[in-house]
Amino acid sequence: MVGLITAIIFIPLLGALAVCTWPQRNCRPIALMFNAISAACALGLWRNFDPTATGLQLVERHDWIPVIGAEYLVGVDGLSLLLVLLTSLIIPFAFLAQRMDRGFCATMLVMQSALYGTFTAQNFVLWFLFYEMSLVPAFLLIKIWGGENRDRAATKFFLYTFLGSVAMLLSFLGIYFAKGTFDFSALADLGKNGLLTGKLAWIAFAGIFLGLAVKVPLFPFHTWLPDAYQSAPTGVSMVLTGVLSKMGVYGFVRLLLPLFPKEIKIIGPWLLALAVCSIVFAPLAAWAQRDLKRMVAYLSINHLGYCMLGLFAVAAPPVVAARIDTHAALSGVFMQIFNHGITAATLFYFIGLLEQRRGRRGIDDFGGLMQQTPLLCGWMSVAMFSSLGLPGLNGFIGEFLIFKGSFAIAASFTAIAVIGLLVTAIAFARAMQSLFSGPLTGNCGAFPDLLRSEKLIIVPMILLMFAIGITPQFMLNIFNTTVAQMARLFA
Amino acid sequence: MSSILPWILLLAPLCSAACITLFALRWKALSSFISIMAVLLSFICSCLVFARADISAPQFGWIDVAGALKVPFGLTQDQLSKMMLVLVSGVGAVIHIYSLGYMRDDEGKSRYFGALSLFMFAMLGIVVANNFVMLFMFWELVGFTSYVLIGHWFYRDAAAAAAKKAFITTRIGDFGFMIGILMLWMATGSIVFAEITPRMSMLTSHPTFLTVVALLIFCGAVGKSAQFPLHVWLPDAMEGPTPISALIHAATMVAAGVYMLVRVAFVIQTSQTALLVIAWIGTITAVLAALIATQQNDIKRILAYSTLSQLGYMVMAVGLASNDASMFHLFTHAFFKALLFLAAGSVIVMLHHEQNIWKMGGLSQKLPITFVTFVAGALALIGCPPFSGFFSKDAILALAYQRNVPIFAVGLFTAFLTAFYVIRLLVIVFFGKPRSEVARESRESPAVMTGPLIVLALLATLGGFAFFARRFLALPIEKEVAVFVPAVAIVALILGSGLAIVLYRNRASEPLDLQLLRHKFYFDEFYRWLIYWTQELLAGVFAFFDRWIIDAGAVSGSGRGTLGIGALLRLIQIGNLQAYLFLFGLGIVALIYFAVFH
Repeated sequence: MVGLITAIIFIPLLGALAVCTWPQRNCRPIALMFNAISAACALGLWRNFDPTATGLQLVERHDWIPVIGAEYLVGVDGLSLLLVLLTSLIIPFAFLAQRMDRGFCATMLVMQSALYGTFTAQNFVLWFLFYEMSLVPAFLLIKIWGGENRDRAATKFFLYTFLGSVAMLLSFLGIYFAKGTFDFSALADLGKNGLLTGKLAWIAFAGIFLGLAVKVPLFPFHTWLPDAYQSAPTGVSMVLTGVLSKMGVYGFVRLLLPLFPKEIKIIGPWLLALAVCSIVFAPLAAWAQRDLKRMVAYLSINHLGYCMLGLFAVAAPPVVAARIDTHAALSGVFMQIFNHGITAATLFYFIGLLEQRRGRRGIDDFGGLMQQTPLLCGWMSVAMFSSLGLPGLNGFIGEFLIFKGSFAIAASFTAIAVIGLLVTAIAFARAMQSLFSGPLTGNCGAFPDLLRSEKLIIVPMILLMFAIGITPQFMLNIFNTTVAQMARLFA
Repeated sequence: MSSILPWILLLAPLCSAACITLFALRWKALSSFISIMAVLLSFICSCLVFARADISAPQFGWIDVAGALKVPFGLTQDQLSKMMLVLVSGVGAVIHIYSLGYMRDDEGKSRYFGALSLFMFAMLGIVVANNFVMLFMFWELVGFTSYVLIGHWFYRDAAAAAAKKAFITTRIGDFGFMIGILMLWMATGSIVFAEITPRMSMLTSHPTFLTVVALLIFCGAVGKSAQFPLHVWLPDAMEGPTPISALIHAATMVAAGVYMLVRVAFVIQTSQTALLVIAWIGTITAVLAALIATQQNDIKRILAYSTLSQLGYMVMAVGLASNDASMFHLFTHAFFKALLFLAAGSVIVMLHHEQNIWKMGGLSQKLPITFVTFVAGALALIGCPPFSGFFSKDAILALAYQRNVPIFAVGLFTAFLTAFYVIRLLVIVFFGKPRSEVARESRESPAVMTGPLIVLALLATLGGFAFFARRFLALPIEKEVAVFVPAVAIVALILGSGLAIVLYRNRASEPLDLQLLRHKFYFDEFYRWLIYWTQELLAGVFAFFDRWIIDAGAVSGSGRGTLGIGALLRLIQIGNLQAYLFLFGLGIVALIYFAVFH
């Protein structure tokens, strides 16, 4: 099935073209149709993927610009496949979440194509092209279709991430001039013995780190995020948190950790400290928020903080790490990537529903909703409990594996990080109390409960949360081999 | 066949919960029927499992990470878990049936029974878990169902606040528990109880580590079993429906903490320091709760504080390294406390949800069956021979007398207080003249409610006798102290009861006024202040920091700087493509120059 990955990448682009040429009113069904095709291809990719084989699979390699070592090189391992599947899941979900016009649909499809490309490209030039290609649509979507303060939020988002990207590009140019390759796997092999030396290595490291840390985001590079998520329209918030934020984590796994093992080991404790700050401070800030979207945005920082904690613990172990713990932490990180994607997107979807009905989304604008809209509240609570890590739902699996792995490696950092779990629970419990319970607030009396169309959208997501929470093994199987391979790489 | 039984008893309530939530929310009668059938099936299977010695303990892999990390899902089938299975499903079944009457006209009856089934599943899961991860998962699930059920009447602010408080307070303990599990996992390389037990001997050279692990695991029990200083959630949890108070917040869930401690005794008992701390925490909880109970006016809250106090006794016994005594008291307490709550529920319903004891009075004639059964429960609670509580409490006191005399003294004082506040309750509620209109017009509850009361009353009366209890659990062995301790305990009992009768006979209002006790030692005020401080200050400061320092200072500052630079750069926007290309090329050359040659 060679060509499958290329098909997945370019089908949304074709979709964007189609949407632009078709009449306005049909734009969303057409976009969804193209989504369905690319999702079918992604499922085909999963079928053709051999979960027991190591290394990249379904590789497509063509010369592109030989002079600068740029190749069209795409392929998937367990992690890439996971993210392709996640993208195929979240983007249609976002399309279904809100009304949109032609431009919106086309921009989203371009972004989707870029995301597929980012997660499958195995050559830096190609990867960077896709990486930047996702940035521009995101900027436009916030800037044109966003809510309050959209100009400021969009500019901030763009400046922040673009600065990070420039720093990353410069670093990679430096690496290229020193080593003459842009190929990820070749670079990873070179990375074992130290890619660069001396000051240059640190400069290159800092550049790439900055670019990725902004993208994730890692404390203290996170301040663009609450504004961007808050101002973005519902569907875009869902994609931003569900998929775009994973680009940063993916970059850490694919680029920074394999390329700079020595540097990471040296400043490992500082990185762990940053991850712990993300985990602890973000939910505290969430606790203080009155705007639901902002609250979930801060909690997103916290959830990605767990990913960073697991990754840094594996890459910069303060003590000699046992194989079981490395595996646990890495698996946990991959699970968390996927889980956070679906859970946070679902939460934003629900906030969108509330906003549609009420016209506002402050935590105090609602009250006693449980009496008026029991289904909406019930399903939304499932997503919230998933997010706070209740066993039986998906969130628990990833977080527990991360804690298992990183506690054995970096005990003190992980012990502090547990506070984050608690404060997250407090933030959600407070939100649930003020939204759902108590006497019905006057303004909420006329709300309709979940409509049939909304139920059809939300139930599959909730079922997926239960499925992963109860039988996580089918997810773990996707990346078990990749985890083992990476664990060897970091050892 | 026999290996399927444990799975049926575990999964029947889960199926019931799923069916109700998915299909039967609209049909209240059907929901309650499904739920009751499921719990009865669980009970029957539990009895079968209990009766047969040859039940195998099946196990399968749940998580398998790259062959390195494995989490199994298996069931323990030893005497301890079998006894708990019968107890939990038995008391659960009785309370399900009682709920039919109590929740007869409730709007959310289906939701109630669905959550009740889910609770049964989670609680049975705790009982049969054979490893720490499973235990922890069911542990959290139980907390979740408790949250849902406390907040059953979510439209009342107090219920919603109580649910949140219970969820978060118990979770504080759970995180200690989680770290404890992770530490033990790291040290022994296993999470299965049966595998860890032989490996504990490897760790004896690290006494501090063992103490820390034992105390962290104990944190879980402090939260769930509402021990000092995390006891504050349990009295508030009385905002839930009364059958829930009986099942979850008296007989089973709160006892899960004690059960867990007994289950992992192989860890706890490796550290003498940890045992001492546990014993004293239990003792403090027992006496503190008993003191507070003497000045409360809400019938359910008095019972809630007595639950705290009795849980304190159980934890004390765990700390005195006697699993048998602890489980014995758990066993008898489950019956008599469920009974007391259900009898109180009968009173509350018949008085149209009046809970203030000073509005009651003279109910012994109006609700005779409720009265008789309540008396049986009360006598068991204060440890009056020959009711069940006498035997089990006596076992703990005898143990304390042998191992730690200060704890014995406090335990004895607590027994005196218990007699005092229970008899006070009895005298005010059931004797004297009715003090309100509803009390004058009340009548006996329907049979679906009194039936369970009678069953539980029999168990509370007989449950302590050796011929009965020994079938279920190993009873603690008492040696030469057997005469002295019960004698002293009975003296304390008579003193406490006598004092209460003298003080409260024919009173219309509270003769004592002890503000410190009435305000529960100001724990709630203190915690509220602490939370307020944390939220307002810490979270506020962080949000401020985030918004104004990092964001406004560093980011927007640099943004403004960028704008300034942009204005300068606008000067070189000449609009000529060739010129741009030239500048671009120049830039690349400069970059290469710096990257390679510097």
